[in-house]
Amino acid sequence: MTVTIDSDGSGEHANTPGGSASVSPVDAGAPGDLRTSRAKLVVRRFARNRNALIGLVVIVLLYAAAFLSPLFAPWSYTELDYDNFLVSPSGSHWFGTSKVGEDMFALVMRGLQKSLTIGLLVGLISTSLSAIVGATAGYFGGWVDRAMMWLVDLLLVLPSFLILAILSPAFKGKTWLIFVLLLGLFSWMITARIVRGMTFTLREREYVKAARFMGQAPWRIIVKHIVPNMASLLIIDATVNVGAAVIAETGLSYFGFGVQPPDVSLGTLIASGTESAQTFPWLFLFPSMFLVVFVLAVNVVGDGLRDAIDPNSAGGRRKDRRKARKEYQDAKDKARANAPALAGKEAS
Amino acid sequence: MTAAQTMFDEQAPSENGPVLRVSDLTVSFPSESGRVQAVRGLNYEVSAGEVLGIVGESGSGKSVSSLAVMGLLPQQARISGSIKFRDRELLGLSDDQLSKIRGKRISMVFQDPLSALTPVYTVGDQIAEALRAHGHSMSKQQAHNRAVELLDLVGIPNAANRAKAFPHEFSGGMRQRAVIAIAIANDPDLIIADEPTTALDVTVQAQVLEVLKTAQEVTGAGIVIITHDLGVVAGFADRLMVMYAGKAVETGQVDEIYAHPRMPYTLGLLGSIPRLDAEERQPLVPIEGQPPSLVDLPPGCPFAPRCPMVVDACREAEPPLSDVDGSEQHRAACIRANELIAEDPDAAEVFEVEAVEEAAIAKVPREQRPIVLSVNELVKHFPLTKGAVFKRRVGTVHAVDGVSFDIRAGETLGLVGESGCGKTTTLMEILGLDTLMGGDIAILGNLTTSLTKQSRREIRRDMQVVFQDPMASLDPRMPIGDVLAEPMQVHGYSKQKIASRIPELLDLVGLRAEHAERYPAEFSGGQRQRIGIARALALEPKLIVLDEPVSALDVSIQAGVINLLDELKAKLELAYLFVAHDLSVVRHIADRVAVMYLGKIVEIGEVDGVFGDAKHPYTQALLSAIPIPDPVAERSRERIILTGDLPSPANPPRGCRFHTRCFTFAALPEDKRQRCLDEEPVLAAHGDDQQAACHFPRARAVL
Ligand SMILES: Nc1ncnc2c1ncn2[C@@H]1O[C@H](COP(=O)(O)OP(=O)(O)OP(=O)(O)O)[C@@H](O)[C@H]1O
Ligand code: SF4
Ligand code: SF4
Ligand SMILES: [Mg+2]
Repeated sequence: MTVTIDSDGSGEHANTPGGSASVSPVDAGAPGDLRTSRAKLVVRRFARNRNALIGLVVIVLLYAAAFLSPLFAPWSYTELDYDNFLVSPSGSHWFGTSKVGEDMFALVMRGLQKSLTIGLLVGLISTSLSAIVGATAGYFGGWVDRAMMWLVDLLLVLPSFLILAILSPAFKGKTWLIFVLLLGLFSWMITARIVRGMTFTLREREYVKAARFMGQAPWRIIVKHIVPNMASLLIIDATVNVGAAVIAETGLSYFGFGVQPPDVSLGTLIASGTESAQTFPWLFLFPSMFLVVFVLAVNVVGDGLRDAIDPNSAGGRRKDRRKARKEYQDAKDKARANAPALAGKEAS
Repeated sequence: MTAAQTMFDEQAPSENGPVLRVSDLTVSFPSESGRVQAVRGLNYEVSAGEVLGIVGESGSGKSVSSLAVMGLLPQQARISGSIKFRDRELLGLSDDQLSKIRGKRISMVFQDPLSALTPVYTVGDQIAEALRAHGHSMSKQQAHNRAVELLDLVGIPNAANRAKAFPHEFSGGMRQRAVIAIAIANDPDLIIADEPTTALDVTVQAQVLEVLKTAQEVTGAGIVIITHDLGVVAGFADRLMVMYAGKAVETGQVDEIYAHPRMPYTLGLLGSIPRLDAEERQPLVPIEGQPPSLVDLPPGCPFAPRCPMVVDACREAEPPLSDVDGSEQHRAACIRANELIAEDPDAAEVFEVEAVEEAAIAKVPREQRPIVLSVNELVKHFPLTKGAVFKRRVGTVHAVDGVSFDIRAGETLGLVGESGCGKTTTLMEILGLDTLMGGDIAILGNLTTSLTKQSRREIRRDMQVVFQDPMASLDPRMPIGDVLAEPMQVHGYSKQKIASRIPELLDLVGLRAEHAERYPAEFSGGQRQRIGIARALALEPKLIVLDEPVSALDVSIQAGVINLLDELKAKLELAYLFVAHDLSVVRHIADRVAVMYLGKIVEIGEVDGVFGDAKHPYTQALLSAIPIPDPVAERSRERIILTGDLPSPANPPRGCRFHTRCFTFAALPEDKRQRCLDEEPVLAAHGDDQQAACHFPRARAVL
């Protein structure tokens, strides 16, 4: 739905030269108040979206629970309760215990600490990388494009898990944040290809040309005009990446990389709880539940952000959202099919 | 026309009386905000051999009413009233029964010919199919032969061969002709043409109108032609119906309506068209505002919010169509029609527009004004490549091939020509400030090839651009304030300066300061173009390059934008390079004009000279193709119809590039023709400020 502003009154100005006296600087008064820039408008529109705000609050609460609960919870995640193996949730073990007597609540909170950061950071890093690389390649074209796409294809062909495994001894004992960085580094390529393709079309748009002809610097054109016009795609990509990273991290733990025991993450908890999901459901249910809540909250915030950036969205239309997701999935499938020599990657 | 006579029957004598009689037609659609009353009680009739023009702004219900006649409205449309075709009621017929009539006795020509043709069949097959589908007992071969005859009739050269081509191999004009061929294949009694020429170049538009006339002559059908351009129907239609908000607001003989419009809306529409035959500059009449929403129309005259003559009584009840000027033919729906009859004022008076004063700089003789832009022998070729993986170069597109002109301070140069002649390429070369393939460009005295960082920045500040499509030229994700701020940020204006300049700019182009917080999608086309202009003005440039700035706008909106450009030019002493394909707009706004054909300028000079006494045959043809909104003048004009389409710039004709379509050339004796074939003509002076590139220039009256 677009609203059209009626232009009554505009005729007076148009037809009386000289009559349209310019606003004097005095009248303009406090200049800052006259214009709301895009950033402010986006924040305002976001703040008006109740669901998105709730999502944001949920993420903050999750963080607070993860980091503050150890202060008052009865058990710490390293303590073992030798009297209680595999007990179901109770007054002293809120989420039950594991087979060696660890308190599940403490474990889940500890896992949450790691996984929240892993998810959010990986999502941010990988989507920013795809936006930067894809838009730069697409905007400049020529050798810049060829060099960057060569890199993308190379990374796509190399089995990333293998590389991580090979690299892991080098990072042993270092902070697990390095691992977050690496995970981000290996998950941006497909989206970068999509972004590059979209940039090819966007850079021919007249508003991009207009910016070029007024002398705007290329990187500013990318930041101001190209990336915002792909915001829907990038935000969906980031939200998908957040969930994927939490799960992917489990796989890496097998290589002795990532979060290592006795430390835990939601991913490792879910992985180890899966086997006994039928018999001792609490081992699986609680970590999964937190993952789901986290991913949902991220999605809702993402939708809110999309609506805030996209002036045409009335907000909260489920059909649009589903459509945007589907488009994203289709684009991704297509990019994957077009990327050369991916067979190796799919096999791994 | 001998072929045609054997193909079409004489009109059966028993069948006189109107072919189509529409009475009390209403159409409504469901929408989120309520029912859209797209057509609200429409009455009209068309007789055999008669042409009815339906005119109105976008959204006035022109298309919906004719789709109703064809039975092509979507399911959810609610239709009532009566549509009688040869005394048979069409409303309520099943789709099966309707499709027997459709395509055989009533046919339709749409704006976009491509959607009317199936891409996978040859054009010949599609015409043959249309013939056989409607029960002509014809062999395949007969149908095919007839298809070729029909293509020949609509002026497709080499029809036998072209019948084997696919639609995408045809140019826009040829496609539209093929659609007309299909439309007349079954000798229909009624042809409905919805904006048949809107997507076409003026020269092609003239050809297609000519073909429609032929089609009407051979079939004797009644024609309903729908358009928003009053010029198009002036010479073509017999009667006119002006629609506003789903209703007819004025009907009558064309001559009467054009000479004495009796409804302020019609008056405004007529006043909004720039005229090719205007002797002196008259201000155009913009009709401010938009047509009303068709959901929950308030009582009273629907035009009241935009009407300059509105009085309180107008808002009480909707005025019915009633006879004016004592003629039953001429009817208008306005309670103040009598005052218009008594005074017969012109549109500018009623709408209170004033002429723009000339700028001080325009009084300085041209030679004494500084040159702001000079283009010298500019060349731009594009490689033509084939193949997806390994690109082979198979040719060269000569998009711009030696173009020279200059623009002085405070002056407007109009650059005109058919689409594909290299206008936009020329602009892009000027704006790019890159290395050139050939020739040179100097902007404000700086050669673009030897720019320092400093002078490049200055040029980026002093030269600005306005694009054709007002939607595409504004970033949809940016509020207007940011759009206007961008050039100023680039050029280092302070925050305070920017903040105070934005409302100033909005005011300058007739928008309000609080619009700065809205996004482009919230504005109408005309308003968006105003924003584009405001952005171009932000840095107080000296030269503005405009690429078809009004061609995407409705006529009444276009008038407002043209007036604005006129006024800004006088006030800010700007120079414009104004690209357009509409010569009437150029005549209105430009001081000088350059006519381009296939990458070259064929005629250049002062507007009055070039338009009043064109020397080049191509200029003459362009001028003659522009319709004049005056039925009397239009009917007495002798139209030069160019044959064929623009040749491919990849393979321009040798010698004079225009010889393949030149009527002067065609009339020349054999021995003289050789010169046109061998020798490329160069621009030669004719008079003070007029040059034309033709070996055999001759005067010819075209207006
Ligand atoms: N299928 C539809 N569903 C809902 N509303 C429709 C539909 N088709 C047309 N309308 C509405 O009906 C009104 C008249 O539309 P119509 O297409 O007849 O205008 P028009 O005069 O032909 O305009 P244009 O010059 O743009 O072709 C508009 O308000 C339009 O939005
Ligand atoms: S009825 Fe009134 S508002 Fe309507 S056109 Fe006539 S004068 Fe204008
Ligand atoms: S030079 Fe010859 S072909 Fe060219 S425009 Fe003149 S008369 Fe026509
Ligand atoms: Mg229409």
